[in-house]
Amino acid sequence: MNAKTPSRLEKILRAGHLAVTSECGPPRGSAIGHLVEKAETIRHHVDAINITDNQTSVCRLCSLAACIRLKLLGLEPVLQMVVRDRNRIALQSDILGAASFDIHNILCLSGDHQRFGDHAQGQNVFDLDSMQLLQTVRRMRDEGKFLGGDPIDRPPAMFVGAAENPFADPFEIRVPRLAKKIAAGAEFIQTQCIYNVERFERWMQGVRDRGLHEQAFILAGVTPLKSAGMARYMKNKVPGMDVPDEVVKRMASVPKDRQAEEGIRLCVETIQRLKEVPGIAGFHIMAIEWEERVPEIVERAGLAPRPALC
Amino acid sequence: MRLGYPESIKIIRVPCTGKVDALHLMRCFERGADGVIVVGCREGDCHYQSGNFRARKRVAEVAGLLERLGIGGERLRMVNLSSSDAPLFVKAAREIHEAVLAAGPNPVGRPRRPPAVPTASETPGKEVIRP
Amino acid sequence: MIVAERKPIEEILPWLEGARSVLVLGCNECVTVCEAGGKKEVGMLASALRLLFAKEGREVNVGERTLERQCDPEYLDELRDTIDAYDAVVSLACGVGIQFTAERYPSKPVYPGVNTCFMGAALERGVWAERCQGCGQCLLALTGAVCPVARCAKRLLNGPCGGSSAGKCELGPEVDCAWQLIIDRLKALGRMEDYERLIPVKDWSKDRAGGPRKVVREDVRS
Repeated sequence: MNAKTPSRLEKILRAGHLAVTSECGPPRGSAIGHLVEKAETIRHHVDAINITDNQTSVCRLCSLAACIRLKLLGLEPVLQMVVRDRNRIALQSDILGAASFDIHNILCLSGDHQRFGDHAQGQNVFDLDSMQLLQTVRRMRDEGKFLGGDPIDRPPAMFVGAAENPFADPFEIRVPRLAKKIAAGAEFIQTQCIYNVERFERWMQGVRDRGLHEQAFILAGVTPLKSAGMARYMKNKVPGMDVPDEVVKRMASVPKDRQAEEGIRLCVETIQRLKEVPGIAGFHIMAIEWEERVPEIVERAGLAPRPALC
Repeated sequence: MRLGYPESIKIIRVPCTGKVDALHLMRCFERGADGVIVVGCREGDCHYQSGNFRARKRVAEVAGLLERLGIGGERLRMVNLSSSDAPLFVKAAREIHEAVLAAGPNPVGRPRRPPAVPTASETPGKEVIRP
Repeated sequence: MIVAERKPIEEILPWLEGARSVLVLGCNECVTVCEAGGKKEVGMLASALRLLFAKEGREVNVGERTLERQCDPEYLDELRDTIDAYDAVVSLACGVGIQFTAERYPSKPVYPGVNTCFMGAALERGVWAERCQGCGQCLLALTGAVCPVARCAKRLLNGPCGGSSAGKCELGPEVDCAWQLIIDRLKALGRMEDYERLIPVKDWSKDRAGGPRKVVREDVRS
């Protein structure tokens, strides 16, 4: 498969390497130094870095500005875009802004409902949904046209991705839903963090049965647990998250001061196990405010060194 | 049993407390009653299944409103008893009497005669102006 | 029906400062059915106002009236002879009726006695739930007659999102996931293949995005 964009992530995936991506959350202010530090920490261990877009509906520095920073530093950003806060005019406008800085990856998302954020009384937009945003970016790129039909001068050259949660309900539509996202234009998929490997494998079986793994690159999402408390929180409080009891038990079975180590070990083991699952094209390591441990996870999981650019 | 209850209490008979509308309770206070007690059958003994439960919810609603209006929610209460339970009735009657004495007179003023018998002017579509 | 809920009297009271005569005006349509602004609620609010005014020692006439509809000029005309007796009107109709009353009587202050909430139906006595947002271009044929615009918290036309959990919305267990309902319904209809059809970008210009809307039917127009 030939790359359709200059995206480094796309080139690595199309060359058949297991890709590694990670993500960083922008700051709640305009001091961007810490974000840059976090990104530099993982520079040589990942192929691309997602920048979240006001995740959990808490207002932060915008994903676009943070992506531009990384780009200017020679890093490979993935622009996350939620459809919660912007209508089709603003979304397309920001896509062009990103394209003008040669940001070549985009992840199209719905976004968490604002009720849980720091502006619970705000209006939401949802002019498009995440699938329609995928369609929009593909149309802009492939046809060189705005959603409204007018031509775009220098269309965005973006590798287009979507998120998928294999663990959300109802389970029977999780594979059809992925098919729908791919039909809408998704070229890579980053999944929700995987703790229930068996359930994920069942989902992947369904994915392979329909040949979807050949139509899009599936990056398995993992998040290292810092503590048993975090495991319990993820299990009980995060909608659509599947943390089996064994995982919570395993984390709780070691003393508090060694739980972080256990979390890293579990994460590495999960990656190693998932590497054996046919159809997995790479890993998306979401180390929430724990980016400094990503290089170690990548190395211990046998994913280092990262391929040099072709 | 010749048990006395405070003579200030006027009894208004209704077929079932379920018949007592929130508006009836409001009208009592509007016309100067200092307190109202709704006396219903024991819970579970309603001939109409749920009349007294409905009444209880309405009493709670109106008592809450009276409290917010500054009239005093304690002026309205409900008691459930069987028709043969005179001692309980008397006890409840004395309690509301004491509660009302403690709360003082209805700030609306002295009891007034109810307005004239509803006329055609009270049918839907026509307005009613009360004094 | 249009579903409304009663405004707290504390919110209404300051608007009636200085009024000598107030008309509480109900509506016999939707707000009667949803028990927010019919004859009975008019009676309750009027009674509460009378108690309050009496307590404050203010002599205020509080009139009660409930019109067949406040969203039709012919019924509003019934007030023509009496409206001048009032300094203010508290309308318990939906936002439509309140505005229409004010339009019909331009010199009369008209205040809302309810919060107009949504278009919905009664799930049971005392419980009303939203079903329609009047988006102006009905999608129900595509979604098994369950509306994602009105019932999905993110109005996703291609849902559910990743937050759907055990049939409930990420907002919490009290909210059904609209897309779970859609899928259940498509399954019951034997039309699951419809799920994989992408619903295209919506024309929101038929919604409030297009500005105030109007429906004209020339064949019945006078």
